[in-house]
Amino acid sequence: MIEIENVRKSFGALEVLKGIDLTVAKGEVLTVIGGSGSGKSTLLTCINGLEPINSGRIKVDGTEVHAKSTDLNKLRQKIGIVFQQWNAFPHLTVLENVMLAPRKALGMTKAQAEEVAVKQLTHVGLAEKLSVYPTRMSGGQQQRMAIARALAMSPTYMLFDEVTSALDPMLVGEVLDTLRLLASEGMTMICVTHEMKFAREVSDRVAFFHQGVMAEIAPPDRLFGAPQHLETQKFLAATH
Amino acid sequence: MFNYNFRWNQALNSLPRMLEGALVTMEIALLSMAIGVSVAILLTLCRLSGNRILSAIATTWVEIARNTPALFQIYMAHFGLGGFGIHLSPYVSLLIGIAFNNAGYLAENFRGALKAIPETQTRAGRSLGLSQLQAFRHIILPQMLRIAFLPMTNQMVWAILMTSLGAVVAMNTDLYGVTSDLNARTFRTFELFAIAAVIFYVITKAITLSARLIAARLFRY
Repeated sequence: MIEIENVRKSFGALEVLKGIDLTVAKGEVLTVIGGSGSGKSTLLTCINGLEPINSGRIKVDGTEVHAKSTDLNKLRQKIGIVFQQWNAFPHLTVLENVMLAPRKALGMTKAQAEEVAVKQLTHVGLAEKLSVYPTRMSGGQQQRMAIARALAMSPTYMLFDEVTSALDPMLVGEVLDTLRLLASEGMTMICVTHEMKFAREVSDRVAFFHQGVMAEIAPPDRLFGAPQHLETQKFLAATH
Repeated sequence: MFNYNFRWNQALNSLPRMLEGALVTMEIALLSMAIGVSVAILLTLCRLSGNRILSAIATTWVEIARNTPALFQIYMAHFGLGGFGIHLSPYVSLLIGIAFNNAGYLAENFRGALKAIPETQTRAGRSLGLSQLQAFRHIILPQMLRIAFLPMTNQMVWAILMTSLGAVVAMNTDLYGVTSDLNARTFRTFELFAIAAVIFYVITKAITLSARLIAARLFRY
């Protein structure tokens, strides 16, 4: 379970999260929508401790992320994150990209890591690309590789930060299909996205962020069908 | 006015000895590069560490190595340290002097290479649960060495040529030292040094060419 309690976060004078309260249960798929600068991506990087917070608390399975005593390297093993820019490691083949963290962070043997990596790459449809260097692949393929790379750590939670935003429209579908597959398998996911149709389809709940505040959170039918908040209505009217 | 008689045969008789000297020259250059690259990586880490003292040490090293004559650096390694009672053989002082110079130049090359690697690479590594050091070792370092490969080749060539500065510390087993000794005994100055120059040229050319082959094999992405 991910518990977010009254989290505030500023970059300099700019407060990007103004007291967020949110709980995500195991097995839930939460999508977060909202305009640019609404704080939704920042929230994800706070959840896995890549960004410090100014006040409040984030607990993952009872462990407080920003407590000094928390071993972040260890905690991050159960929180996979995939970014808008997939950040493939260019000097490693697709297989090596996925094997790296299981070997170095989990201490798997080469054979074990390879088994896990092949399994995950097959899962995202890249079984044919194992020995290819990522720069030789399309953005969609590289993004799916990044997803497999995160999955190879057997995370309990997966965070997706606008994973289709940097992709050619033709390639968005293959990545969303991968996310749908994960959702159908019961993975706990928080997806920050601009893909409204996707959000409507896969989410258990949808949260709408506006200027650092979670303005509204509801099951997709209600949030898209009968948005309560004025800003949600405006946002949805503008994006449809 | 121009009555010098070339005696190439006499000089060429010394070729085996000069080639032995060339081996010593290559040995010093290789060792100095191995030390130089390792120290340069450490200096780079010191600069990245955010620790003021470590960073100041690294910056001072780089500043001295790059802004003073290599000759002075080698001289200091021999006679400068000798003043403190640390007496090193010509071989060791030459090696240390060149390695010091290499490390300074390479650390600066590495810094430039680092700037070319997006910060998100480290971020991606850290978010997978790698420690800062693991992310550096497995993600940043290999890419950094690739970008800095050409400057490293240049430094290797420069290291070969710098061995001739061993003259100031009475080094007499490297290519320059051997040639100089032979010259003192035979006075075939032009011939001997011409041959030495050709050997230097062949060595450095071989390094540049083999570096290209290694790069093609190593960097397939």
